[in-house]
Amino acid sequence: MHLILFLAFGAVCVGGAINLLAQRHPINSALSLIAVMAALAGEYLLLGAEFVAAVQVIVYAGAIMVLFVFVIMLLNAGEEEHTMGSRVALLLGVPGMLTGSVLMAWVVLRHSGTESVPIGALPGHPTDIAQLLFHDFLLPFEVTSVLILIAIMGAVVLANTPEASAGKAD
Amino acid sequence: MVPSYVPLSYYLLLSGFLFACGVVGFLIKRNIISIFMSIELMLNGVNLSFVAFAAHWHALAGQVFVFFVMVVAAAEAAVGLAIIIAVYRTRETLNVDQVNLLKL
Repeated sequence: MHLILFLAFGAVCVGGAINLLAQRHPINSALSLIAVMAALAGEYLLLGAEFVAAVQVIVYAGAIMVLFVFVIMLLNAGEEEHTMGSRVALLLGVPGMLTGSVLMAWVVLRHSGTESVPIGALPGHPTDIAQLLFHDFLLPFEVTSVLILIAIMGAVVLANTPEASAGKAD
Repeated sequence: MVPSYVPLSYYLLLSGFLFACGVVGFLIKRNIISIFMSIELMLNGVNLSFVAFAAHWHALAGQVFVFFVMVVAAAEAAVGLAIIIAVYRTRETLNVDQVNLLKL
């Protein structure tokens, strides 16, 4: 049953990722990326990480992708046209990545064995995660809060129009 | 007979495939927003292997690292999209091949 669910969610992931590459319009790529993220949340549930699955849907598929869709609509992004550089990348990049992927798959299948991941053996309960996050990882947690603050200020400064800031200065 | 468990290597293969798709998208896409979405796809592939290893080794720290990756991804998305807006405002294009000058 778990294997069937894994394969179903995995098929959505693979299909969404390939669709992201195939689509020419950014809004279609964004929607398939949302499908990939939602299916990944299902995979996290299978691995017993309920809290991570919830955060994946809320933060990733919710907040971050809404930001992407807003920018796509704000900039009125149309279909991309293929250029010389993209054809070269297509000709060289895809075979190179296929070779790398097959090599990686061979190493993973050869060396990791086929030990099962027991379902529900690791309850990703919010209490346990909070204990870890606010005790063992307290310093990284505080550092990321500073990072977020800098990112907010940077985004405001970058997205600000020069005319608006000049008008305020006068 | 269909086994009722999922081997760790299957999760790693899926994670590697998502990462590879992200790299290919990063290479072949010419729209700067699509390139940015390919980076997000790579981060998601890494997150899946974090959670799979956390479940495999019974170490909850892997899930905490996923949160840190998400925080970094959110900060990166905010700053990156602001940069994209600034680039579009000055150059009127989203094609990375036409953005080849540091200063106009």
